[in-house]
Amino acid sequence: MLRAGKILIVLCAMVLLCPGRWAAAADTLKIGSFLAVTGPASFLGDPELKTLQMYIDKINAQGGIDGIKIDFVHYDTKAKAKEAKNFVNRLIKKDRVDVIIGGSTSGNTIAVMDLVERGRVPLISLAGSVKIVEPVRKWIFKTPHTDRMAAEKIFQDIKSRGITKVALITGNGGFDKSGRAQCLALAPKYGIEIVADEKYGNSDTDMTTQVAKIRATDAQAIINFGFGKAPAIVTKNIRQLGIKLPLYQSHGVASKKYIELAGEAAEGVRLPAAGLIVADLLPDSDPQKRVLLRYKHDYESKFGPVSTFGGHAYDALFMVVNAVRSCGCTDRAKIRDGIENTSGFVGTGGIFNMSPTDHLGLGLDSFRMVEIKNGNWTLVK
Amino acid sequence: MFDQLLQFIISGITVGSVYALVGLGFTIIYNASDVVNFAQGEFVMIGAMSAIFLYGAGIPYPLALAAAVAITVVVGLMLEKFAVEPAKNASVVTTIIITIGASIFLRGAALLVWGKDIYGLPPFTKDVPISIGSATLLPQNIYVMLGTAVAVLLVRYFFDRTMTGKAIMACSCNRRAASLVGINVNRMLLIAYGVSALLGAVAGILVTPITYTSYDAGVMLGLKGFCAAILGGMGNSMGAVAGGLLLGIIESLGAGIISSGYKDAIAFVVILGVLFFRPGGLLGRADSERV
Amino acid sequence: MRRLGGLYILAFLFVITGLMFPDSYYVTVVGVTIFTNAVLAVSLNLLMGYAGQISLGHAAFFGLGAYSSAILTSRYGVNPWLAMLAGLALSGTVSWVLARPILKLKGHYLAMATLGMGIIIHIFFVQADWLTGGPDGLSGIPGITVFGWPVNTDLRWYWVFGVLMLFCIWVSLNIVDSRPGRALAAVHGSEVAAQMTGVDTASVKAQIFVVSALLASVAGSLFAHQQAFVSPESFSFFFSIELVTMVVLGGLASTFGAVFGAVLLSLLPEFLLVFEDFEVLIYGAILMAIMIFLPDGLFVTTSRLITERLRGGEAS
Repeated sequence: MLRAGKILIVLCAMVLLCPGRWAAAADTLKIGSFLAVTGPASFLGDPELKTLQMYIDKINAQGGIDGIKIDFVHYDTKAKAKEAKNFVNRLIKKDRVDVIIGGSTSGNTIAVMDLVERGRVPLISLAGSVKIVEPVRKWIFKTPHTDRMAAEKIFQDIKSRGITKVALITGNGGFDKSGRAQCLALAPKYGIEIVADEKYGNSDTDMTTQVAKIRATDAQAIINFGFGKAPAIVTKNIRQLGIKLPLYQSHGVASKKYIELAGEAAEGVRLPAAGLIVADLLPDSDPQKRVLLRYKHDYESKFGPVSTFGGHAYDALFMVVNAVRSCGCTDRAKIRDGIENTSGFVGTGGIFNMSPTDHLGLGLDSFRMVEIKNGNWTLVK
Repeated sequence: MFDQLLQFIISGITVGSVYALVGLGFTIIYNASDVVNFAQGEFVMIGAMSAIFLYGAGIPYPLALAAAVAITVVVGLMLEKFAVEPAKNASVVTTIIITIGASIFLRGAALLVWGKDIYGLPPFTKDVPISIGSATLLPQNIYVMLGTAVAVLLVRYFFDRTMTGKAIMACSCNRRAASLVGINVNRMLLIAYGVSALLGAVAGILVTPITYTSYDAGVMLGLKGFCAAILGGMGNSMGAVAGGLLLGIIESLGAGIISSGYKDAIAFVVILGVLFFRPGGLLGRADSERV
Repeated sequence: MRRLGGLYILAFLFVITGLMFPDSYYVTVVGVTIFTNAVLAVSLNLLMGYAGQISLGHAAFFGLGAYSSAILTSRYGVNPWLAMLAGLALSGTVSWVLARPILKLKGHYLAMATLGMGIIIHIFFVQADWLTGGPDGLSGIPGITVFGWPVNTDLRWYWVFGVLMLFCIWVSLNIVDSRPGRALAAVHGSEVAAQMTGVDTASVKAQIFVVSALLASVAGSLFAHQQAFVSPESFSFFFSIELVTMVVLGGLASTFGAVFGAVLLSLLPEFLLVFEDFEVLIYGAILMAIMIFLPDGLFVTTSRLITERLRGGEAS
């Protein structure tokens, strides 16, 4: 036993003596990120990381933000809350970053909010949940539209079609569950009755059972909140069972991948999404059009089809850049103030107007209702 | 209500067919080498992913499928040769960790080769739903069921009627005795892994047109396949098939009749219930321990 | 002295490290992860290593403790220590009720049953959002105070978890050398033979199952307070598998082996970060390689080798 202990000492000492800290020079801005680059939410984290890296390289190549270079530290959370927590700890304590961008999922963000508040580092989240900015926390901002906005946008559209009975089908992930909660909470306000509330596991391979249950109700429309492959399977299952009801998806599937996977079954599906996926279709008078087309071009010339998720990272990064530019410093508190004072910033998600009581700064009009026709997005007027 | 039930059962059988094939793969390897191969689900993923990429590269569909099966079999053989064979005398838990390590390794390799996107495979024939009463199913569902049935019958034939199959069975009964009567035990183990990988690839190819796949899709299928094998009684190949179908149907009925949110929990409650009353699975014998 | 020697050395090391590197990220943040995993691995090793009963659902008891504390303190303002007791009561009850039917099973069937138990509890954490907050988890869990000393910095958590780990190791070493411990060893060797010599094997196995669940539950309660946040994926089937891996990697039936496995598997991801996309691949390869070449575990094999070398040196 004694020998065992000795070996342990040596090994532990070896481990603990590994140094791992270096100080940032004064004229660099240290941005940290923790994104779900692999794992179940990789379709969020992957374009987000690519966007950040591409623009940071670009900014540095052009001499930085008014001479301030950006130093970028990144960790992959694999969408695990525990990892997110560890990495944010690492970003704050070990890497000592000036500002944090991330996480990709609501769960990852919610997990670190207390930590970030205590560490007094500005954080811009790329996740959907309304819980991130309500109630407002001093150091925490976000760029994507909330799940509540998505639910409202869908209900507005449903109501305009004269539909009052709706079936809900959602997965077991954080995004799905909080979207479902928003739908249930908002339905009465729009005079809509939820007649079915079905669930599935996000790694399930067949949802015909749940869809068959919906078919047996008197629902007039179906809403599916989710992301990844499950919504595509649900879409196919609905058509397979010969259900002709209008199907609404969430902004979680606002990428070409969904259309590719669901194929013909996706025809006629409506969903609320940021302007990015329909950039070409917007009128030239739209103030966002120029920004959207430029980002789309930048991204697609390097990586392939653009998704709205990378756009959220674009918005977050340039909000930080603007804040740094306006104070000419890398001070955490001043960057925070700068982000909070963002006004009239035209991003990919919409036009942001932040305030001490609104750490998102987007209105419902920044969401567009799109419909899939002939394998492509179209704007619903 | 009857129409509903019919739909639930059709869904259950489709999903259950895949569990059955994966469970059968578990059983074959377990019988031949006493190893529970937790990388079994990865065979499914590799089969499907290879097919998708070969087809995407312009190779004719049937040929792409055949090549994908071949690739998966090679992976299975390599798994046996480089991971399982060197650890021949390891304990049960050790081999479990080795196969878990292998499954992580294969997932990591898939991530590097194919990226993290989700992919689909075109259905074998056009997706026109077929109605039975008010229940519907896709032609691909029928291919899944037929494919599973054929695969199970072939495996049955292989182990009951061919010399090689019988030799593998002999290894599973008593390895030393088998080698004494002139069976090349190592070769037989290799064949068992090949057959098992082949079944995984077939399952992946059959089901991907319906379910899509990605580099991490193997984990859940492996787990469900293990459940199928245990439910039927470890080591009993027909038990694994029955276990797989039963598991699919329980999940589907649980989701349809009780609660879709708790359907997996319901399935596990049933499995626990079965084990408490039949500690050797449905078709297994309760072993008597050697003292 | 000889029996507890390793423990004293570990305690010394723990104190020195804490005093020497109070600000180091690796000591305070990673240290807490290591200690948590070590507690879980040591408690699981009691069941797996000494009683020879595999469990693929150990994370569930960790989760029951964590959620009991999280829910009671953040929602109902219960005193953290009372909440911890409530967690212990819950884990104890669940494990006691399940122990006999589950431990009647053997080998792969036992693995399946414990796996199923773990997954059922995990699904409950995910689906019962009215109680557990669902997949987004529960935040706003208050900190704790130990005898008037508020545990409010990473360093203080380092001390708390370190002491818990030492306590856990002490319990483990004592159990192993006690009468029930020897009964356990007998069960591991041959259950039938143990029964013949008058050991109530069912009862011994059940007791150890409960003890190991209780230790995991305490770790869970403290984990909830330390993280100030809990979400289901910390208690998933994958984490259970990781715990089993820690135990086996270090070497079954060795308390310090389990500690070593926990240290290794907690640090490995930190060091593999630099490999980015290759991380998963390398992790898998390392696991396989260790188990293929050192099937008795890294710690047990190396310490045996070193002991033999030293002995050999003395003799010549």
